[in-house]
Amino acid sequence: MCPDITRKDSVSLPANLPATLRCVDRDEWFSTAQRLRQAGAELLTLWGADDRSRDGCFHMYAAYLTVDEVLVVKHAPETTNLTYPDLGGLFPAARRMQRAVYDLLGIAAYPRDERSWLRHGGWPEKVFPLRKDVDGQQAFPLVSLPYTFVSVAGDGVHEIPVGPVHAGTIEPGHFRFSVVGEKVLRLEERLGYTHKGVAKRFEQLSQHEGHRLSARLSGDTAVAFSWAYCAALEAITGVICPPRAVALRALTLELERVANHLGDLGALGNDAGFAFGLTQFSRLKEDLLRANTAAFGARYLLDYIIPGGVAVDVPVSAQRLLLDQCKTLQQAVPMLRTIYDDHAGLQDRLRETGRLEHAIAVELGATGLAARASGIARDLRVNYPWPPYSQLKPRAAVRSSGDVFARVQVRFDETLESLRLCDLLLRELPPGSIQTVVPAAEGDCLGLGLIESWRGPVLIALETEAGGSIRRCHAHDSSWQNWPLLEYAVMGNIVPDFPLINKSFNLSYSGHDG
Amino acid sequence: MLNTLSRIVRTGLLTEPLPSPDGAACDAPVLQQDIRRILGRALCIRHVDAGSCNGCELEIHALNNPYYNLEGAGIKFVASPRHADMLLVTGPVSVNMEEALLRTYDAVPNPKLVIAVGDCGACGGIFGTSYASRGAVAKIIPVDLTIAGCPPTPAAILRGILQLVGPSEGRVLPETSGSSFDSARNPTPK
Repeated sequence: MCPDITRKDSVSLPANLPATLRCVDRDEWFSTAQRLRQAGAELLTLWGADDRSRDGCFHMYAAYLTVDEVLVVKHAPETTNLTYPDLGGLFPAARRMQRAVYDLLGIAAYPRDERSWLRHGGWPEKVFPLRKDVDGQQAFPLVSLPYTFVSVAGDGVHEIPVGPVHAGTIEPGHFRFSVVGEKVLRLEERLGYTHKGVAKRFEQLSQHEGHRLSARLSGDTAVAFSWAYCAALEAITGVICPPRAVALRALTLELERVANHLGDLGALGNDAGFAFGLTQFSRLKEDLLRANTAAFGARYLLDYIIPGGVAVDVPVSAQRLLLDQCKTLQQAVPMLRTIYDDHAGLQDRLRETGRLEHAIAVELGATGLAARASGIARDLRVNYPWPPYSQLKPRAAVRSSGDVFARVQVRFDETLESLRLCDLLLRELPPGSIQTVVPAAEGDCLGLGLIESWRGPVLIALETEAGGSIRRCHAHDSSWQNWPLLEYAVMGNIVPDFPLINKSFNLSYSGHDG
Repeated sequence: MLNTLSRIVRTGLLTEPLPSPDGAACDAPVLQQDIRRILGRALCIRHVDAGSCNGCELEIHALNNPYYNLEGAGIKFVASPRHADMLLVTGPVSVNMEEALLRTYDAVPNPKLVIAVGDCGACGGIFGTSYASRGAVAKIIPVDLTIAGCPPTPAAILRGILQLVGPSEGRVLPETSGSSFDSARNPTPK
């Protein structure tokens, strides 16, 4: 079942959507990327692995989304010269990922940005924690490292440092603004503050525990990440989940999307001075979370999706409750949307603010919700449907203006579309069991799980170890691609609009930092 | 405008009674008076994400929704630690957030209270301790109360906050003295 991943030519890769693995040499690593860039492919993620104990070398992987499949390219850099050609010029999103690979494994892009990304001084420069011969449990005293931001010079230019602790109840990160008066000339992000060493932690867990850590990579995306993990493990072991479990997974994924969109729609109203929006939408979100408790036993479904299916069945009474909840939301959301659309003061703040032009979005490799608001019509559920989306036939929400308004409209459209899908799933819930047994996978199998979360695609690349353990697990959130977009979207805007623009992207820190 | 007003009227008041630590409902106006008597103003909370997955943050947000209506009870979230009486700290403390957490703690004027929210804050959770995670919040700064849960429900967080400041005759906030920046560094792994 497991493809021989040492073979030179292409082999099919276990995944929840069509995927191929191709092993390449140093030149092909770059030329393949060039060809894919010209063909309009998207860089999904990039990661490294320490395979010295097995193959005598390190490996670099790059996963691309082409028109019809996921192509994973694998390359073994020379052990005497641990470098590989830099892909940042072709795919700008690769730059930070390459810096992260260096911080964790010491495999460097050539040429490389020497500033560390995830390592802020918490561990020594020559310690690469993801290497197999490094004990991940060893702690080091913090030595705070200086960080060189790109400085902007000129008459009246000054800097505003913000964070890592922000003014609101949000995750930590640092923003360095270069401003003239109230206008933002440049924003540079520094992330990595919530790096918890999840990749190393995965390697201490068994294959049947990994989904729990996946759900906690980014708490607001728990369903998507745990599904991606389970999809990878099930693809490797050849397990097909019962239809009822598949439907319940999609139901919870859509409910997660609705809950997050409701929260964001309220917060966006509030950030534009319309507190009514926060009150109304946070009320609707709370109602939905309480319905979740009745149906699934928890407000946030961190441990609902498990290998082989889902944890608990939904009683008939709770199905009715959820259907009622969907119906209430299907009436309330359009009504609130009319209020938002008709409110001149609110629209004045949303329109033309934080604009991400289509061409820049394409150039930077934008993905997910933010990309769809800039006219990139791509949604994994629509373009690469896996069960049950192949039957559900969801519609993608696309807007072209790329401003905060567009990201608000995509959220409204997607909320209503997800409610339609939830209604459909609840009415036609297949009978039968909700779990099937997943055997321990044999060693050295690589599998992928790729799920369209509310924010964008999330990916889990799982490589197994014999005896039911995890050899390497790479998790990727779409925030890696989308954080750099924010730097562009705020340019030329005024500083007081930053919270609104930032919220309209609502990117993950924890999902990015790992 | 008419639409908005009509929606407000039709939504009505949703605020639920506050839970008290012993499980019985507690009266928001009474609590508000108590807080005023003790502090002379609203209780001000500053949240610090010291490495959380963002799950606990979602439930802390919920405290301000119309059902829990924390501000209605005289408890509010503030933007600066210098304005705060209490820190709500989430997450296992990531190595990269250790210094920021210590500095935030030091910026809160004495006397101060600290609550570690969630399983990660309480014991490190699934992330535990590693090269990148120091684990429980109490390993870095003094903690008065921990609230378990992954994530804890808003009701559980609310009960925790009320347990520390809730109605009790003549309650005085604990006195902490001096800067903790150096002393709090001691518990970190060598």
